[in-house]
Parts: sequence; structure tokens; C-alpha cells
Amino acid sequence: MKCHLPLLLTAAVLAAAPAGAQTPVPEIAFDSAPNPLALPDDIYLGETAGVATNSKGDVFVFTRTGHPTVSLGTSRTFAHGGSRLFEFDRTGKFVREIGQNSYGFMYAQQVRIDPQDNIWVVDQQTNYVIKFDPEGRVAMLLGRKAEAVTVPTPAARGPQAIAGGAPGAGEQTDLFDRPTDVAWDGAGNIYVADGLGNARVAKFNKNGVFIKSWGAKGTEQGNFGTARSIAVDARGSVYVGDGANKRIEVFDSDGNFKTQYTNVGNPQALCITPGPNQFLYSSNSNPPNDIDVAGEIYKMRLDGSIVGKFGRAGKLPKEFGTVNAIDCRNENTLYVGEIGNMRVQKLTLR
Amino acid sequence: MQRCLASLSAVALMLCAGPALAQLKAKAENVPEIPYDSVPNFLKLPAGEYLGEAVGVATNSKGHTFVYHRSATTRLFEFDQNGNFLKEIGKGYYGFEFAHSVRVDAEDNIWTVDEGSNVVTKFSPEGKVLMVLGRRPPAVLGPVATYTGPNLPAQKYIFCRPTDVGWDPQEDIFISDGYCNNRVVKYDKNGRFLAQVGSEKAGKEPGQFNLPHGLSVDGQGNVYVADRSNFRYQVLDNNLKPKAVYDNVGVGWTVCVSQGPHQYLFASNSNPNGNRPGSWAITGEIYKMELDGTILGRFGHASKEFGGFQVVHMMDCRNPNEIVVGEIESWRVQKLILKPQAAKAVTR
Repeated sequence: MKCHLPLLLTAAVLAAAPAGAQTPVPEIAFDSAPNPLALPDDIYLGETAGVATNSKGDVFVFTRTGHPTVSLGTSRTFAHGGSRLFEFDRTGKFVREIGQNSYGFMYAQQVRIDPQDNIWVVDQQTNYVIKFDPEGRVAMLLGRKAEAVTVPTPAARGPQAIAGGAPGAGEQTDLFDRPTDVAWDGAGNIYVADGLGNARVAKFNKNGVFIKSWGAKGTEQGNFGTARSIAVDARGSVYVGDGANKRIEVFDSDGNFKTQYTNVGNPQALCITPGPNQFLYSSNSNPPNDIDVAGEIYKMRLDGSIVGKFGRAGKLPKEFGTVNAIDCRNENTLYVGEIGNMRVQKLTLR
Repeated sequence: MQRCLASLSAVALMLCAGPALAQLKAKAENVPEIPYDSVPNFLKLPAGEYLGEAVGVATNSKGHTFVYHRSATTRLFEFDQNGNFLKEIGKGYYGFEFAHSVRVDAEDNIWTVDEGSNVVTKFSPEGKVLMVLGRRPPAVLGPVATYTGPNLPAQKYIFCRPTDVGWDPQEDIFISDGYCNNRVVKYDKNGRFLAQVGSEKAGKEPGQFNLPHGLSVDGQGNVYVADRSNFRYQVLDNNLKPKAVYDNVGVGWTVCVSQGPHQYLFASNSNPNGNRPGSWAITGEIYKMELDGTILGRFGHASKEFGGFQVVHMMDCRNPNEIVVGEIESWRVQKLILKPQAAKAVTR
């Protein structure tokens, strides 16, 4: 009986595959490097919401760690702390911390590096998108943190509750509500996925001037359940991970809907490789409260056809605990940041 | 008069808040006293460092002592075999908010159970994070009002104020969970859910719990659960099937199974928080038992003074004759040298 167990398990896994999957998706073999980041003894990663590399191979990690706190005995209730941004070199050696005690750091959401090696972070709670120059100085801010928080948070959540009533929150401006991700086109225009409170894409020019916004909460094409992730290809097409609707929507750079991919689950993290022959990675991230479902990462062509998939949810190396970030500067050497396992994995695809 | 009534009802409230005194007293009688000494100046803290509520204490195979305590923030300290401070582990770690338990597994990995962040963490012997179980409630939800309704349905991978962790010889993981669930959960060594006993609901039947507050696993994989608000210990087999109930040693505050070929069970009838009148006379002692529940002896008593106990929250019993106890209300860790050969029956 014992020898049949693997067969039974395989059958169970196959039976659990989504009904929409017509042909089996090839498995991509891969390895996970042990201890890719050497953390100093007094630094601990929390939920690793963001990981990205720059052109030199340096690794940036934006993590929910420390203790998000509110101050007592004040005219209103002020909230602060809870996120940190670390830089490691290409060998994984710790280099420095950037943005210590920043006003914009509360709940890390994403870090991305632009072609000029500027470091962009998205904070889901301060509602800031912050551009640091390569030296780590603040170069541009999009959005604004609510001055104070409402206690207790109103049960009916929304921009007023989450953003603390900042005027214009959720409007067609750079006031975000739980933004999630940032990307750029070849001209340097900025696209912000906004986000989990709002459900839209906001576009700015390279100087931070608001250009336009598209999408609203909904299931129709061009709308979003949640705008969880964003990536732009070399031709300026914009790929948005709509987590709640389990689809990737593709737009032109003016926000016109082009197509959607509905066969890769919850696209919580997206990444498009550089170079002439681009690929799209998308993580069907498991919910943080369950490692027995989903978790695999898909490698796709830009037209949505699937090249293969790898990994599953879990706590071991080569398993994933709610991937929230993928760096794919190198097509076959990926960094992934995990919420559930509070770690970064460096993956080599074979 | 009104003020008088108000203070009277305040007293009544205080008395009603806890269990009746009669419940606190262990039913076991004529238990032999085991003499012991408390090692003076056991832990040597550097100047400027303090312990807070010393709720978690454990030793590793080298005799190092780990203290997981509620300081201004929750912190984990490591001391060497002579009690000298070695280092802090997990400084600023996201899974530390309100300490409850620390335990060391057979490979000297250090596990913390944090009832503020609802996170159980496995650290390597060097202090690096190896595995995370549970999830801290996301801060982005804002200052959420304290939930006071009935317990929400228990989830496989989310804890609600978890209390303790243990392992069987196969390295399966057992977690008592906790203040707002009432269950024991079993995971495999890779952190995958296998089974649970109990649920979010409190209950008195075998296999039900009312505040499972600590657990320890013996060499056969049996699980001993301190079922605190039921004033008992429950023994579960390796598949979490109820096997036995020990209800004669007072409140089920915390439990420890010693190592070695002959394992003993230590159970603490800790005095209740709050120094209630009369409670010290009938609580505070620790029982040494055979695994089958036979009582071998008792030691200790409630006291704020050195050598006595002020709400023992956790015991380390790697060596059954050297018990390390962490106390809540004296911010203190004591190392007790038992002298069981000198034990003699005393009628109390």
C-alpha cells in the first residue's frame, strides 16, 4: 500500500488543477541558492515585500520589519515605523540601509530599480512612491502620507479610513490608496499600480507631472478587482496584475485595453525581462493563510503563451510563501521576495 | 454611600474575575517535599540591560540559557552555561511583539512563540530565521478595535495568541493555540498542517481545551498539554487522540518533560496573577511526576523573595535535577538544584 502513495498524491494534484488548464504546463527545473543574503547579526528581514537588483547586480530589499507603532498622548494618533530598505552587493554581502526612519516607511510593498539605477519604493500604508537616487538620497516623491490615523479604524474601509482622510485620496491625482507597484516606459513615464484601496493605474511623466489615470474597481475589461502589480515592456505596453480577478490585463501606454490573460491565477508579482526577446514572469501567489494551494511561478511570452512553471507554496527552499516580488533582470537568475517566509530566494532556472 | 457601593462592587468584580480559591488548590495530598537550592546570581546581565516579564526560558545542549521576555519591546537573550550574557537574538524582528514561550529542539534550534504577533519562529543555533509559522496581522489595516466577540473559526496556518511549541522524535511540530483558539495543532517538520484537536471553542471534554497554555512532548511522541482554565493537564497520543487527564496538581499553567532514558513530567501550579488574598498559601508549587501521572514530589512556593516563585510561566527541565524557571511577576529567572534523594513525605 505504501508504494502507491506517491501515485495517489500525483492523482490528487492533477485532480486539483484548474479546470481551465487545457494542456499540461511544462515544469521548469530550478535551484535555490542557500543563504543568498548575508544578514548582519542585528538585522532581521520581516515580510519581504520587495526585492530588486540594479545594473551592477546589487540587491535591494524592502521589508516589513521592526514594529509599526502609534504614539499615545498626542492631539491626534500618529502612526510610524515598520519598514526598512536594505542594500546588498551582488555576492549577498550587506552594504547599507537606506531611508532609516523615513517618514514614508510604514508597510513595505515594493522596490524597483529604473534604468538609471534609481531606487523606487512603494509603501502601502504611507501611500508614498519614493524615488531614491543611486546614492540613496530622496529624488522624487509621489503621493502623501495621511497626517494621522483614525482610532479605531472605521469598519467601513475605504480611502478615508486607510489614507486617514487625506483630501483627494483615490481621486485622479497622485494621492494613492494602498499603492502596490511602479514601472516606467522607454520615455521615463511613470506608471503606478494603485492598488488595493483604489483600483486604477496612474500615469505620470518623468518629472512627476500627473498625466492620466485609468480603471476603477470592477470585473469588466479595463477595470480591476485589485491592481496588485505592474510591468511595462519595451514597446510601452502596460501589464497589470489584477489579483482579485485572477488575470493579467494588458494596455497600451495610453491605457487602452488590449488583451487579458486569465490562466495564471493571482498575479501578485510581475516581472518582464530586459533585452530584445522579453519574457513575463507571474507568480500565482498563495494566500498568506494557506500553503496548501497555489504558489507556482509562470514564465510566459508577452503574448500570454506559457513557457513553463516552477515551484509551489511551502516553507522549504524552492517553495514559496506568498511571493510579492520577482526580479528578472537576468532571465534565468531570479530573486523572489516572500511575505510568508520572511526571506529572499535567489533562483537559478535550468 | 455611593462611593462605598462602588468600591464594594469593585472588590466583588475582582473576586469574580478569577477562579474560586478552592479550585486553585491541588487535590493531591501528602506529597513529599523535594528540597532544592536556587543558584545565587544565576544570570549576569550587562549594565544597562534588564529582563522584563521572564515568560520564556529554555536551555540548549551546551547548557546555554535563552530568555524570551517582555521588555520595552519583546527580546530574546542568550546566556552561556555560567550565566554570562552572550548576545541578543532577533533584535527588531517582526515576529517579536509579546513574548510567550521559547523552546530549544533536539538540534539546538531556538523556537519562539509570540502571542502578540501570532508568529512562531524557528531560529538556527546562530540566531538566523529558518522557518516562520503563522502571520502577524497586517499593520496596513490600521488601529483595529479590540475584538470582543466569540472566537473566530480556527485556521490551519494562522494562530490566535499561541502559547507553546514542542516536537516529537520525527520532528513533527506541535503548537498550543492559545488564548483565542482552544486547540493543539500538529505540523510536519516542513511546516505543513497535519491535524488539530480542539477548535476555536473552549470545552471541558477530553480533546477540548480551555486555554491550552503550554505543552511538552515525550520520547514516544505523546503530548502533554497544560489546559489552564480547565485546571488540568491532558495527555494526547501522537495523533492528538486524548489518552489521559491529570487533574490533581492544580492549575495547568506550564509543563515540561525532561530528557534522558527516564523521563519525568514537571507541572506548575503557578500562583495566579494579581496576588489575591489567600492564594499564596495554596499555590505556587511545582510537581515532579512520572509520565503516567504518578506524583513523586513537589517543590517551591509562592513568594516574591529569591528561592520562591512569583507566577512561574515556564520551566526548562532538560536535566530533571536542574530546573530553570521563568517568572512573570518577579522579572526573574532562577536555576533550581533539586535534591530528590533527600525528599521525604510531609503532610501539609
